[in-house]
Amino acid sequence: MPQPPAPARPPNGSGKAMSIQEKSGILAAPLSYLQKVIALTGMDVRKLRHDPTELLTRAIQPALWLIVFGKVFAGTHAIPTGGVDYIAFLAPGILAQSVLFIAIFNGISVIWERDLGIVHKFLVSPTPRTALVLGKALSSGMRALTQAIIIYALVLLLGVEVNWSLPALAGVVILVLLGAGLFSTFSLIVACIVKTRERFMGIGQVLTMPLFFASSAIYPTSIMPVWLQWVARFNPLTYEVDGLRNLMLAGGQGGGSLPVDFTVLISTLALLVIIGGRMYPRLAV
Amino acid sequence: MSPILSTQNLSRRFGPVTAVDGVTLSVAAGEIFGLLGRNGAGKSTLIKMLTTLLPPSSGSAQVAGFDIEGEAAKVRRVIGYVPQALSADGELTGRENLDIFARLYDIPSSLRKARVGEGLEFMGLGDSADRLVATYSGGMIRRLEIAQSMLHRPQVLFLDEPTVGLDPVAREAVWEHIIRLRQSFKTTIILTTHYMDEAEKLCDRIAIMQQGKLAAAGTIAELRAATGDETASLTDLFTRLTGNAAEAGGGYAATAGTRQTAERLG
Repeated sequence: MPQPPAPARPPNGSGKAMSIQEKSGILAAPLSYLQKVIALTGMDVRKLRHDPTELLTRAIQPALWLIVFGKVFAGTHAIPTGGVDYIAFLAPGILAQSVLFIAIFNGISVIWERDLGIVHKFLVSPTPRTALVLGKALSSGMRALTQAIIIYALVLLLGVEVNWSLPALAGVVILVLLGAGLFSTFSLIVACIVKTRERFMGIGQVLTMPLFFASSAIYPTSIMPVWLQWVARFNPLTYEVDGLRNLMLAGGQGGGSLPVDFTVLISTLALLVIIGGRMYPRLAV
Repeated sequence: MSPILSTQNLSRRFGPVTAVDGVTLSVAAGEIFGLLGRNGAGKSTLIKMLTTLLPPSSGSAQVAGFDIEGEAAKVRRVIGYVPQALSADGELTGRENLDIFARLYDIPSSLRKARVGEGLEFMGLGDSADRLVATYSGGMIRRLEIAQSMLHRPQVLFLDEPTVGLDPVAREAVWEHIIRLRQSFKTTIILTTHYMDEAEKLCDRIAIMQQGKLAAAGTIAELRAATGDETASLTDLFTRLTGNAAEAGGGYAATAGTRQTAERLG
């Protein structure tokens, strides 16, 4: 119900016009940038706290992959995993898949925020465009981390031997954040181009499965036909999976090298964030 | 006194369509200035250019002394904007909605909490501050959004159809708050509206837009004098000045957008 206006209360001390002090010093700008990224992420995290159902329903799919798909294929011994149990081989792949799936539909929430006018208010505020993009990327990262926790729990139940060393766990956290940031920013760029939910949903579906199948998530690239191996080589998800396979499993079972994985993921993310920062203002038009 | 906002021959084209066509106007500090016109007349496009959301195709404009193109970042620090759609986030509480914008506007942490609390009180939302915005009425959401746009004490506030879709009581409440806001903060307010009563109630001066051009600008008395009918209502003036072009503009997209807003308001 509309309420009668509250009694006029002239603003007191903190209400003086333009009292926002510009902080000085070399660190002021990067600090303010970082604070805004974290503020935007914090906003999304609070939304999840208000309503965490999404995170729980999203956990169903990886559970099915591990328990049903994983168990069946483990029994066939058809996939050369380099001597590892197939469930163990599959686990980092499914974590990467969760990261991909939770991030790739970031564009939908971006389009939703555009329809509401939230994007317009963000763009009118003195927030650097790349900070807006990075804030969204980190939000996706936080969502993906919740999935990582659930998948670690599942994997434990399935008896996979996990690498519990602190550096390995920290590496997994960073890989999950990087991967989610990368795919969510890619998704944001697509959203900036298509601008409507219907078109985005179509494209999202078309992109997800090829990214997934042209990676080492559920089988090693070595058994792929040569052309597909080339596709996999340009697929960031391959590097995400390799990195996770190295760090998640006891004994480290990755195909590639960790420095390469991190370098590819970090530089791709940086590139996408710069492109995303350029594209984001198009949403207001 | 130099104007706080001025435009010179400001134009914006979308392909073959000229949405805003050579608009020159100026607004004095502290004024409430109304932009009237039918759907598709170019009001929202003009606002988008003035708020740095859209670069002009030609012409120029300054807000609070800063050029909207060359000094967009500075313009953003001194303006507030409430878009036409209901843009508060329903999945957050009222307080959280303000808090995020306080952070985006670099309001120092020592001031933030007080500033957010003041904003909520000022807009009569103190009691509902910690409820999810999804439970708010349309009028409350609008007032929350105005509070959101005032956190950094902008010199110029842009309101794009602030009462579209609201019931009469909620509209009155929003009007009261806009008037008090100007009294308390001396904010210059630029608003677009379809409603003649809203323009008469709030605006010191109005400009009537038609097909991207300014058809007329001035106080209502001035516009009456210009048409030679001292008793004309604003509706009469509007019809006369826009040449009674019934159903000009207002394509499908604009109408659908307004309906969407109205539906969200329930």
